[in-house]
Amino acid sequence: MNIIVCVKQVPDTTVVKIDPVKNTLIREGVPSIMNPDDKGGLELALQLKEKCGANVTVITMGPPQADLVLREAFAMGADRAILLTDRAFAGADTLATSNALAGALKVLDYDLVITGRQAIDGDTAQVGPEMAQHLGLPQVSYVVDCQYNDANKFTVKKETEDGYEILEVEGPALFTVLASGYKARYMNVGLIVEAFNKEVEIWPASKLDIDPNKLGLKGSPTKVKKAFTKATKAAGQVYELDPEQAVDVIISKLQEKFII
Amino acid sequence: MNKADYKDVYVFVEQRDGQIQSVALELLGKARVLADSLGEKVVAFYPGYKNTESAKELIAWGADKVIVMDAPELKDYLTEQYSQAISQAIDKYKPSIVLLGATTIGRDLGPRLASIVETGLTADCTSLDISEERELMMTRPAFGGNLMATIMCTDHRPQMSTVRPGVMQKGVKDDSRKGEIENFAPTFDSSKFKVKLIKSVKENRGKIDITEAKVLVSGGRGVGNKEGFEKLNSLAKVIGAQVSSSRAMVDAGVMPHEVQVGQTGKTVRPFLYLACGISGAIQHLAGMEESDFIIAINKDKFAPIFGVADVGIVGDVHKIVPLLTEKLSKMVEKK
Repeated sequence: MNIIVCVKQVPDTTVVKIDPVKNTLIREGVPSIMNPDDKGGLELALQLKEKCGANVTVITMGPPQADLVLREAFAMGADRAILLTDRAFAGADTLATSNALAGALKVLDYDLVITGRQAIDGDTAQVGPEMAQHLGLPQVSYVVDCQYNDANKFTVKKETEDGYEILEVEGPALFTVLASGYKARYMNVGLIVEAFNKEVEIWPASKLDIDPNKLGLKGSPTKVKKAFTKATKAAGQVYELDPEQAVDVIISKLQEKFII
Repeated sequence: MNKADYKDVYVFVEQRDGQIQSVALELLGKARVLADSLGEKVVAFYPGYKNTESAKELIAWGADKVIVMDAPELKDYLTEQYSQAISQAIDKYKPSIVLLGATTIGRDLGPRLASIVETGLTADCTSLDISEERELMMTRPAFGGNLMATIMCTDHRPQMSTVRPGVMQKGVKDDSRKGEIENFAPTFDSSKFKVKLIKSVKENRGKIDITEAKVLVSGGRGVGNKEGFEKLNSLAKVIGAQVSSSRAMVDAGVMPHEVQVGQTGKTVRPFLYLACGISGAIQHLAGMEESDFIIAINKDKFAPIFGVADVGIVGDVHKIVPLLTEKLSKMVEKK
């Protein structure tokens, strides 16, 4: 089985801070990591490889330094890594990103495509399903468990708001995976050394099967008009009182607002 | 594509087991406001099976017209069936705007549709407005809620967005409203149906929906453990509230995920949000700051939660909450 896993290098948003004076994002010193849901997806691929034998290719679109997440994937057990990097990809929204990735997949062989549910820097959850449509693949999103059956069929568990669904899927297919379903393994010490000797293939836009007008800023229907930090509303009053008095303040406010 | 051919504000109405979902009514409420400022109509796409009868509900909630797609293929949500049906409807009716709930259904269907009709889609919007040029301005949180971004899709139609449940407000239901109901029969290509639903399981862990609560007593790290939450439960019982939680207490296994408020949990806007021992990380604030009235109790007077609270109490929740419960229950008894 050939499995392709799409991963993204993201800033660790849990440590992103806002510059209180300039109201901008402070990116310096913020570590770059492999997006957690994508890492869960890679874990699923590696488990399928162990169970039924598979060739696992990881692919990412990004600047040259995104090479690091691909090396991490090698160290976890991936077999092949491809970095899509080209100025033509710059400024891509989700549709243009999905066009680039689908354009790369069109020149590769696969039985299963895996992406993370969403990336922590954008939280859109759109690139996976958009790609599936470009490739004409069935998709299941929010996957927390996936078993490979015979005859190219998969049984997957999809998480929903109030429970789950069990679905049977005929491959080739695309699944978007939740990190909570697949706890990623650590890098293998032996593989870490090897990871830096392995070749990460660098693919420019010209290598993809896609109309260049559908890439990057040109191929992006959505444009960010402005970015801002939230206007904080005027803070209310803060009281430092003993518990007895504090309770009286709360009760009088509740009465004032007719809550009690 | 000629922009002028596209008009009106469309809402994808999500049903599950034949029940119209609350988020669809919220979207109709917002669509009404947007359509009124454009001088256009609100139209509902309503796919399902044997659902023609319930279409008039949507008119009562603000739709001028309902396009009913009533077919056995559309009984349960499945990506391919729904993508075929709704994309054909978009081709036929040419909406200017299409809104979907940012649910596990809307977030699965939306990108599929955007890809078919080759337009932009903005995920998880928390506010929608019309610009002076009559374009849709879609605002959403990014970078884990650290930043807000306003996104537009000026050269393509329809302008599509998914909207977080609990963010928009429903209109007022009016059963006497008049509107048009039209049936649309999509043509299905069943050779593309590669996914079969084997079973759908509801895990009714008490069936708590904190987004519907009028009053929420919410606990964070300062509450500490299950015993701490017992104190919040007692208070909640007295004032008829529900109990919710910050992410820290969900990650610690103290509270279930479905009561989590915040960026990766739910967005709530109750009349009263009583934050107990919650410091107020930006991801948490993103899920509750639209509440009508916020009271926060926290030991640390520099806790960010005080920045959004209407009333802040610097103190120990373990002392204040039981005392408050006691006083309030006495007041309730007197009545």
